[in-house]
Amino acid sequence: MSVNKSLLIPLVVFTVLVAVLASGFRLEDPHYLPSELIEKPFPEFHLSDLHQPDRVLSKADLTGKVSLANVWATWCPNCLIEHPELMRISRDENISIYGINYNDDSEKAVRWLERNKNPYEFNIVDDKGTLAIDLGVYGAPETFVIDAAGVIQYRVVGPVTRAVWDSKILPVVELLRENAAGSSK
Amino acid sequence: MMRSVMRILPIFSICLLFLVAPLNAAIDAYPFPNDELRQRHAALIDELRCPQCLNTNLAGSDSMIAKDLRREVHRMLLEGLSDDEILDFMHQRYGDFILYKPRLKRGTLVLWFGPFILGLLVLFFGLRFIRSRKTEVAVLSDADAKRLELLIGKNSNREEKLIGNRK
Repeated sequence: MSVNKSLLIPLVVFTVLVAVLASGFRLEDPHYLPSELIEKPFPEFHLSDLHQPDRVLSKADLTGKVSLANVWATWCPNCLIEHPELMRISRDENISIYGINYNDDSEKAVRWLERNKNPYEFNIVDDKGTLAIDLGVYGAPETFVIDAAGVIQYRVVGPVTRAVWDSKILPVVELLRENAAGSSK
Repeated sequence: MMRSVMRILPIFSICLLFLVAPLNAAIDAYPFPNDELRQRHAALIDELRCPQCLNTNLAGSDSMIAKDLRREVHRMLLEGLSDDEILDFMHQRYGDFILYKPRLKRGTLVLWFGPFILGLLVLFFGLRFIRSRKTEVAVLSDADAKRLELLIGKNSNREEKLIGNRK
């Protein structure tokens, strides 16, 4: 049986179209933006400490070892969701978490930490959101993995869950520590 | 009296709606030393996309990050930065997403030229398709031609007969 090949063209076009559109549906989250700051140094800042307003924190306070910087706020429901996991990480995992209190009221933030416990080594008061803008943050929570030299190596948008820790953050942290150990030998 | 009031009331309420529209547009009031800066601010927040929203510009969004970025644009304008420097500032932090008019580079080539290439392809294949249909109609094999002649011949004979009968 001979088939007119040009009759197959609409079928081929349709199949390609379906494949392209289906891949669009499968994109994990249309809100996710690729970060521009990966492998760039953590931005410079001079902001006060949430618990000691007289103390001025700067980038130097974040560098020296592999650590996490977590952007959070009392108005952010997902921050409450990820909080137990941050508590677990600060208790069970050997890594410092620094808080960036984003566009928030400091009094409320202190009370929030009293109520929900404090997993942070210290909290940076970013009440104008300027540090967050320098970090390319567009919502909360967001979590950055910073290496010993103060370079941003990884970014998590949205709540840190156990699954995110196990599959995304921990491998990056281990790799960074291995590299640091290798280069110091 | 009552009736005329009732007649004017709907027109009056529609007029009130027009009063509401301009109020809605003023989200935050930033002081500007001159009109040029005010216009550049308006143009920039119109051109920058709100990173939190999927398709709203900074001017049209009420989200926290949009407010902060509008304030940053205002601050940088007062500091004397050029439009390009402000767009660079945003692009360094938020990437291509924040620019409604994406920059020309390797990753955005498809965006800029994809539609033209698709259009050319459609034009090319469309014209070829139309041409091929025309030639199909024109070609008649020798066998077909003979058969056609035969058929026309028969019919014309018949017509002649019919005409003849009528006479």
